Amino acid sequence: MTDTTSNGTMLSADGTPLKVSLARALRRQKIRALMLIAPLLIFVLVTFIVPIASMLFRSVENDIVSNTLPETVQTLAGWDHASGEAPDEAVYEAMYFDMFKAAEAKEHTKLGTRLNYENTGTSSLFRKSGRGLSKIGKTWQKPIESAAKPLKDGETWFAMMSGSGSNAVLEERRVLWQNLTGDPFKGEVGITLSDDMVAMLPKTAAAYADWAIFEALEEEKDISKRDPWEAVYTALGLDLMSQETQAAVASYSGTGAEELRAVIAALDTLPEADFKGAFIDMEDGWADPDVWRTILTYSPAYTSGYFLNAVDMKKSLDGFEARPENQQIYMTLFKRTIWMSIIITTSCILLGYPVAWLLANLPLRSANVLMILVLLPFWTSLLVRTSAWKVLLQDQGVINELLVWLGFVADANRLALMHNQTGTIIAMTHILLPFMILPLYSVMKTIPPTYLRAAKSLGATNWTAFWRVYFPQSVPGIGAGSILVFILAIGYYITPEIVGGTEGIFISNRIAYHISSSLNWGLAAALGSILLAVVLVLYWLYDRIVGIDNVKLGG
Amino acid sequence: MANTASQKAFVEFERVQKSYDGENLVVKDLNLSMPKGEFLTMLGPSGSGKTTCLMMLAGFETATHGEILLDGQPINNIPPHKRGIGMVFQNYALFPHMTVAENLSFPLEVRKFGKSEREAKIKRALDMVQMGAFGGRRPAQLSGGQQQRIALARALVFEPELVLMDEPLGALDKQLREHMQFEITRLAHDLGITTVYVTHDQTEALTMSDRVAVFDDGRIQQLAPPDQLYEEPENSFVAQFIGENNTLEGVVKSLSGDKCEVQLDGGEVIDAKPVNVKAVGDRTRVSIRPERVEINKDRLQPGAHTLKAEVLEFIYMGDIFRTRLRVAGNDEFVVKTRNAPDQVRLTPGTQIEIGWLPSDCRALDA
Ligand SMILES: Nc1ncnc2c1ncn2[C@@H]1O[C@H](COP(=O)(O)OP(=O)(O)O)[C@@H](O)[C@H]1O
Ligand SMILES: [Mg+2]
Repeated sequence: MTDTTSNGTMLSADGTPLKVSLARALRRQKIRALMLIAPLLIFVLVTFIVPIASMLFRSVENDIVSNTLPETVQTLAGWDHASGEAPDEAVYEAMYFDMFKAAEAKEHTKLGTRLNYENTGTSSLFRKSGRGLSKIGKTWQKPIESAAKPLKDGETWFAMMSGSGSNAVLEERRVLWQNLTGDPFKGEVGITLSDDMVAMLPKTAAAYADWAIFEALEEEKDISKRDPWEAVYTALGLDLMSQETQAAVASYSGTGAEELRAVIAALDTLPEADFKGAFIDMEDGWADPDVWRTILTYSPAYTSGYFLNAVDMKKSLDGFEARPENQQIYMTLFKRTIWMSIIITTSCILLGYPVAWLLANLPLRSANVLMILVLLPFWTSLLVRTSAWKVLLQDQGVINELLVWLGFVADANRLALMHNQTGTIIAMTHILLPFMILPLYSVMKTIPPTYLRAAKSLGATNWTAFWRVYFPQSVPGIGAGSILVFILAIGYYITPEIVGGTEGIFISNRIAYHISSSLNWGLAAALGSILLAVVLVLYWLYDRIVGIDNVKLGG
Repeated sequence: MANTASQKAFVEFERVQKSYDGENLVVKDLNLSMPKGEFLTMLGPSGSGKTTCLMMLAGFETATHGEILLDGQPINNIPPHKRGIGMVFQNYALFPHMTVAENLSFPLEVRKFGKSEREAKIKRALDMVQMGAFGGRRPAQLSGGQQQRIALARALVFEPELVLMDEPLGALDKQLREHMQFEITRLAHDLGITTVYVTHDQTEALTMSDRVAVFDDGRIQQLAPPDQLYEEPENSFVAQFIGENNTLEGVVKSLSGDKCEVQLDGGEVIDAKPVNVKAVGDRTRVSIRPERVEINKDRLQPGAHTLKAEVLEFIYMGDIFRTRLRVAGNDEFVVKTRNAPDQVRLTPGTQIEIGWLPSDCRALDA
């Protein structure tokens, strides 16, 4: 029931263009199909793609520096890193306040660990300094408190700082806390900062807000009754040292005016504003421009540093440079992983091809027995199989004992079959063999025996018939098996770990190390991403050279 | 091409037996002798051992017992690729990863022909099957009939003296099959090739062959030219298998030279030509071809034998009428009559009298 309009488009029975109604019908079909696979799709998305994506994201993510030391990073931007000298006082002052907060929230050691990946020693520097910060704070708190006794008391502070205002500073500082800890820091802090105070004592207001938020929301205390921490006194001391503030305080008459004037009167009892000196006194390391260079290098929220590390390079402020010879391990490992995977794939082809051929050509009963033998390894734990290889391959193992007993090798020069590449290759070839045999078998099963007969009837010898007629038709099976084995091999972990020693380990072992021991997830993620990229590139090459249509897992 | 004893045998089976499992004989005592240039068809139901015979000749199976001779030489110990026998397989077995030209080139390459010689031969073979323009295609890009032609060309391209074909037309539709039957016979005769052709289609066997070997149960039941096979079947299997056939069962009452009397199970006694009966009292099956039965009493020839019959069914088939009758208790008695202007069309239920010549009525084994 179609009709044609004047311009030639086909119409369906109800007058809508045929194309439109076809599209509608197809869309309905597609939606139904999509709904059918929705559970799997969601499962795959949630359990597979999301974790992988977040893992890949980790390989470039680097906001820990700017989140932990937000003000330091800002101040440090003005530092001439090529001067060869440590930054000036302002940076150290910002560092003091940033670190103080981080130390209270126990976040500073995380940053230390992170920076330690790039510059060894940073971790202990941060850890030790965390403890020294309150000492610096005390040198400010003590004289202030003795100059103005009421400032010993949290209630005085609360009365002095609260008032009317927009509370913008509080909200600003709340965001900084959120960034620093990753916690929500939601809820009422219980104070409105007086706008006058914020204008008069900006550093103090910021430090007080920091403390108030932490005290109220993390420690869940009533801030009107609690004494602020040392950094607030330090901030007050710094504020009151400026001429401008002193003038403002002189004309100020609100709560605490008296105390503030008392502190100004006793300014000479306060320490000098020399945080640089204080930091260096605390730890010599802070005088080292390298530490600051590392912080600056890694201050952006995203970094190529992990990837550079993963290819034995080092990120520096002027781009990147190769790592010293003795620290280059990853490229060697990548090359070894790929090379050994190729060897393993090749041995799987050589060993698996005849077995698959037998499987496809034996009478059903014997073929079934053989198939069970091929599948048997799948029924045993991977760990058990690998351990069995350990028993076979070790110095005093079955193979060596046998060879010595037969007199093929002298007792003194037993073959080193384990804790080297040989061990990894032997064990992994065995373990991955079924993944070669099964696709090969399923392809060979579809090659009718008449082809061989036809070839022979045409005058071909057994070998020619095999090589020119049978083999080319089994190539898709070899392709499928090789892709399978190679991709499995390139990411293999347990077997190299157990029988590989240091010579026979793969890049995955290094990835596992960074995930579970050194906790350098960013580097692990970068190594993993490179591995993924290598596989994709090889896959692409394979497609270009052999053609992915030539891969068959069965008829 | 007639089979005369004076012609030297080109292919010979001598008392050949074959068993796959050591328990059952698939081929039992096969004796066959073919002169050069003959087109011989092995015809028989599925499972009768035709393919097995072909495979033994090609060298893919070994005879359990007996000797196969090719041009006077025993070939049991010659491997298949040295026998120089062309072969066409049922599913064509064209190599899917090679083009048509490469498929044809294959037997020439293994025979170490030079490039120019190969190309000339390939061209000639492709032209021979009218596929000259298809050299660059892959088998998958060809239709069934085209693949068939290529398979034929490939089997012929290296100019073998003997070609074996195992149900080569089995996968084609009727029209194409008839056309190819003609082409194959023409080629075989033009090239003077000796051909062993296997089929289970009797029309194919009759139209194509110089001689037909009817197989059943691992034995040759009859080996004869098509006309003889049809008109003078030697046993009831052949009579049943070749063409349409009416059988009436009974007992031999008397037997003398080329005449015998058979008492049918219904009681009637008829005359028949004894072909495969040994003694009086033997049970026998009498065979009469449907087109040799006359239903028009006026046209009965002198000496014809008559019987009563009841019309059960009348089928109009265009060129012929097919009438099913009940004769002597047999409900499946069929008569075929030509569609001529004066021919009667019988209505079911009519009682009529039918007749035939005793010489068309063959008493065979029971
Ligand atoms: N390779 C084989 N192994 C065992 N039995 C076989 C084999 N090939 C054929 N047969 C048996 O031999 C008999 C004859 O088979 P075949 O020669 O293929 O008959 P046809 O070609 O006349 O149909 C059949 O019963 C079949 O089951
Ligand atoms: Mg057959």
